[in-house]
Parts: sequence; structure tokens; C-alpha cells
Amino acid sequence: MKATFRGGVHPAHGTKRPTQALAVRDFVSDTVQIVMNMNIGAPSTPCVKKGDHVKVGQVIGEPNGFMSIPVHASVSGEVLSVEPIPYLSEAPAMCVTIHNDFQDEWVELKPLGSVETVDPSLIIPAIRDAGICGLGGASFPTHVKLSLKPEQKCDFILANGAECETHLTSDDRLMRENSTRVVDGLRAVMRATGVKQGIIGIEDNKPEAIAAMEKACQGRDGVRVQVLKTKYPQGGEKQLIEALTGRQVPTGGLPIQCGVVVVNVATCAAIADAIIDGRPLIDRICTVTGCVRNPANLRIRVGTIVEDIIGECGGYSTEAGKIFFGGAMMGICIPNSNVPVSKSTGGIVVMSKEQATSAEEDPCIRCGKCVDACPIGLLPYDMKVSADADKLEECQKKHIMDCMLCGACTFVCPARRWLTPSFKVAKQKIAAQAKKGGSGK
Amino acid sequence: MLPILYAGLVLGILGLIFGLVLTFASKKFHVDVDERVAKVREACSGANCGACGYPGCDGYAAAVVAGEAPVNGCTPGGAESARKIAAIMGTEAGDEKERLVARVRCQGAKGIAKERYVYDGYVSCATAASMAGGPKDCRFACIGMGDCMDHCAFGAIKMVDNLAVIDEKKCTACGSCVNACPRGVIELLPASQSVIVRCRNSDIARVARAVCMDACIGCGRCKRECQYEAIVVENGFARILPDKCTRCGACAKVCPCNCIVVS
Repeated sequence: MKATFRGGVHPAHGTKRPTQALAVRDFVSDTVQIVMNMNIGAPSTPCVKKGDHVKVGQVIGEPNGFMSIPVHASVSGEVLSVEPIPYLSEAPAMCVTIHNDFQDEWVELKPLGSVETVDPSLIIPAIRDAGICGLGGASFPTHVKLSLKPEQKCDFILANGAECETHLTSDDRLMRENSTRVVDGLRAVMRATGVKQGIIGIEDNKPEAIAAMEKACQGRDGVRVQVLKTKYPQGGEKQLIEALTGRQVPTGGLPIQCGVVVVNVATCAAIADAIIDGRPLIDRICTVTGCVRNPANLRIRVGTIVEDIIGECGGYSTEAGKIFFGGAMMGICIPNSNVPVSKSTGGIVVMSKEQATSAEEDPCIRCGKCVDACPIGLLPYDMKVSADADKLEECQKKHIMDCMLCGACTFVCPARRWLTPSFKVAKQKIAAQAKKGGSGK
Repeated sequence: MLPILYAGLVLGILGLIFGLVLTFASKKFHVDVDERVAKVREACSGANCGACGYPGCDGYAAAVVAGEAPVNGCTPGGAESARKIAAIMGTEAGDEKERLVARVRCQGAKGIAKERYVYDGYVSCATAASMAGGPKDCRFACIGMGDCMDHCAFGAIKMVDNLAVIDEKKCTACGSCVNACPRGVIELLPASQSVIVRCRNSDIARVARAVCMDACIGCGRCKRECQYEAIVVENGFARILPDKCTRCGACAKVCPCNCIVVS
């Protein structure tokens, strides 16, 4: 039986994924811009200055407290500048620009050995020092996720290989080409947290990845592959937990409250690299697709500029309308192509002018398709009424804070209502209000 | 015929019983409401803007009668409503406060402030700002999606070329727009203050100038020109002190960036 969850949509139907058959190749550009707020927690503090010579893997940003990760140089060469640049969020981000000397000179690495023999208490510090955050997109610091309190009981570690976003194939390629490392990483997490069961969830549109992972799991303790139905948002944390374990995360809660920790497969591979090779997180696999001449799966260094990546893929095939970090469903539209990629950029999707044009909103016809599509079980059409009227308390009563902005409702809406954008605005306003109220006390 | 009579009779008797119960309840559980509350409510502007700090006009009226709120607390109503409320309460209206108006401290309209990208998403300044700091290159600029316009209960704000323009005659200084703006571009200033610095870019001159032709670069020429020490230049931009300013407009003449405006 293929596991799945209630609701969801099938945006990938009819969408070709040309990059699925393409092996990962390396790409290194001559300049990288490494921003300091790579993770969702506190931004790191730059600890190099203009003119310094840095080696690959050298720490260039010190973590700021527990909810933060160090940032490492992804190329060797000279630091050109340390200054804030406009980035994806509202405030400008501190950024270290490094000119690559192509010597690829590494700092001395400290491998810890095999994941099965290493002292479990060393694993989480190693993950933190390697600067690993969730590579699925949310970039939550992984060491924070794995540092369980004594009263927290965990039964399962789930490796998220669903990759339900349309277009993206980076996790698929990783699982095919580097399956052992994914299992190693999952084992390391299991040993660090003392959990006996690990499940790797993969959607059934990736048969080669499933075969490769099943082979890699043979002879390993407590790890197995579970095939999932191909459906969006199968890779959403709560949906994955429901599909694989039958448990539900409580409203406003974290997965650990139902005894589960979810780690992306790319994060697993990065953890294995950090322990076996002592190698910090300086590169990742990224799918470049859409309106580019030669779509590709590239292993890019953190901080590579989007324009360079698109140049490597042969440039735009038509006039570009919008560029997304991540997939077409939940990706973030970037302001222009001079933005560097971060640790959580699993894909770059270029849309043509025509594809990127937003349609006019029509009135709701009460068909209820959004209700069927919502993986959480909310009433999007009803929430939209309250959100547009700026009635935030009413929105909260309708559980808007449980909305994860997956966009399934907007995708199915025949009236092309801007459901997800309204929810995003309302959620931002509620969060801002809560912050205001919190600081006032 | 008989069933109709019965029905009429039963309903009539029921009506009588309920009527008696209601009359009894209204006498027995009568709560004295100060009639001044309704009068004060009437004297307010009725905009429910919340500028007084109470939940709407009803809340303010109750607070005034309870002696908790000052009689001149209704900002949109201004001096007139303060006088009326004072008369109802039998007190003095006190010193008349100078009328304030909301002013937009930005003139980065389309074509003046550089645009970083074309935004065609959800029309809201807050959302646009969260996308890489907004479509305008300047991180202090008016985003121009009209959050303030949506919040203005008096129709005093309209958007012209992606810039908020405030009708000073209609503005009642309730402050809704000041709270609505995610950038803090709007400020309440005395109505008589006709000389305004319409920029608050605190970046260094090179950066400020690169993103907007009309940005204040903090050069200090206005400060040197002012004979009344009414201008301070701090955080990279000039600020006029309304108490000292004589509205002579000498600063506006020397400003190399045209960001001091005399209205």
C-alpha cells in the first residue's frame, strides 16, 4: 500500500521533468556572495574582513547563540567585501563576497569516522560546526531540531525524499547517486537521538531512487524505504508524518510532540559528509529548469549568483518573467538574477513572461474545490473572506495559523482567487500583532 | 371558524404573558445608563478610528463620562468636538491643541526612486515589503501599494504614481495611516508646518543618491542656512524642528536634492 494523506492536488500532471534523467555535475563560478542569514534563526556574524585570504571550508560567519549556525567559505580566494546587500527578506542581509582563485585550497578537515562507530554525543556538535540547516527549504538549524529535551520522546526519524514540488529533481538525483550517504546520515541522526526506527519516504514517480535507496538500506539497522503516492504537498512535514506514521501533529505544535523528527534527504547526506569526511556544508545540488536552454542538476557552491548559474545552463530560452528559488508551488520569487543562492535553494525555476502573468481574480463560486484540496482540512474560501476584510481574530478562529501556504487551494480554484497570498498577508499581520503584544508585556 | 378563534386566543394569551414577563424584567433589572454617554458619543467624530486610545467612539464616550479620558481626546473631531464634549461634561475644553496632519516623508514616485523589480503580486505594502525589501531600491521609500489608503477612514489618502498623497483638508490626524505603513514613512506634524523634509533615507550619501534622485544626502547645507537653528542633521538625513522653524523656506532654496518642500 502506498501511503498518503487527505486532500492534496496533482500539479505535476503533464509537467515533464527533463532534469530527472540528468546526472549531477559540478559548477563553480568565479565570485560568490555568501549571505549571513542562511538559517531561519539568528544571522551569523562575519568574522573575516576585506582583503583576507580564505580557504574552502573556513568559518567566515560565527553563529549568534543556540538558534544559529556558522557559515563557511565555499571557495578559496580573496574577500572582496563585507557589506549588507538587499536579499530575499525585508531587511538587507550582511554578505561576504569572495573572489575565487580556483586553487580549491581546503582547510584541514577533522573526520570522525564511520557513522556506526562514532561516539553518539559527538554527532550533534559536529552537525552544528558543519553549519547544517534544513536543506528542504525552511532552513531550520538541524542541531536545534535534534537536540531533544529529556522529556521529549521520539519514536521515528523520517527522511523526507518525497520531493513533491513540480520541476525539482535534486533530491531524486541525490538519492540515486549518493544513496549510501543518505542512509549514513539518517543512521547518524538515529544514533544521536537514540531512535530505533528510521523511514525514508519517497514518492512513486521516482522508481530509480526507490530502488537505489532500498539497496542502500539492506543490512542497515532499523532503516527502511516507504513508497508514497505522488501527490502535492506530500513532502510537507505534517503530510509526510501523517502518511508514514498515521500520527497528526497538534495545532501550532512541532513534529516532536507526536514523537517524530523529520529530516530532508539532502540534510541527511550533508550530515554524513560532516561526520565521515568532517566536511562543512559548502555546496548543494540544485535543479535549474524552466525557460533555460539546458536544464540541469548542478552541484553548486553556496553563494553562487543566479545569473552565473543560468549562464552555465545556456541562458534563457525565452524572455524570463519570474525566477523562483524552490519549486513553482511554494518557491520564493526573487527580485532579480543578481541574487546569490543559499543553503536551502534546492531549485531555480525560470518562468517565461507568459507563464508568470498573474490572472485577474474572479468572485468565488462556492464550488468547494479548495476545501477538497486543502491538506490540512481548512476552509480556504471562508478564510479568504475574513482575511480580505482584515478580520484577524476571525481568521485565527478559522485556524489560519495552521495554513502552511502550500498553494493547493489556489492551484485548483476555477475562479483564480488569490487565496494563498491573502493568507500569507493575514498570517504576517497576526505574527506582527503577536510580536507587538509580546514585547508590550 | 372555531380553530381560527382558538389559534388567535392562544397566541393572544401567550403574547400577553410574554409581554408581562418582559415588562417585569425591564423594570426589575433596569440599569441606569448615564445619558451623557450617548451625548458624548454624538459629539465625537464617529469614525471609530481609535486615535483616542479607546476601542472606538463608544469606548471613548464611556471613558469620558467615567472621568478617565480627557474631553479633548477626539483627534478627528478637533476643537469643535472638544468644546461640545466639555459643555456636556460641564468642564473647560482646555487649551486648544494645534491641529496635526499626516505628512508623507518620501517623494520617490515612479521615475524618481529606482525600481528593483516589477511587483505584480498581492496589492499590499506589507507583502511587497517582505519580498526582498519591496520593489523600490530605497529601503525607506513609500512602497505605494496603498495600505495607508485602505486604513484611512476619511478618504484623505490617494496613491499617485506609487506614492501616497495626503489631502490635508480631509486629514484628521487619527494616526491610522502611521500605524498601517510598514515603513514608517508617514509622520504627524503641525498643520502650520509648511516646510517639510520629504525624505528619511539614513544611508550614506553615495548609497542614498544611487537609489533615488530626490534623496536627502545629509549634506547639512540647510542646517548652515537656517538662522533659527531649527534643523538637525542626524542619522544621515535632515529634520526640521517645528517649534523653532519660522517657515521662512530658506532651507528649501539651498537644498541640492530638492527634498525640502514648501507647501
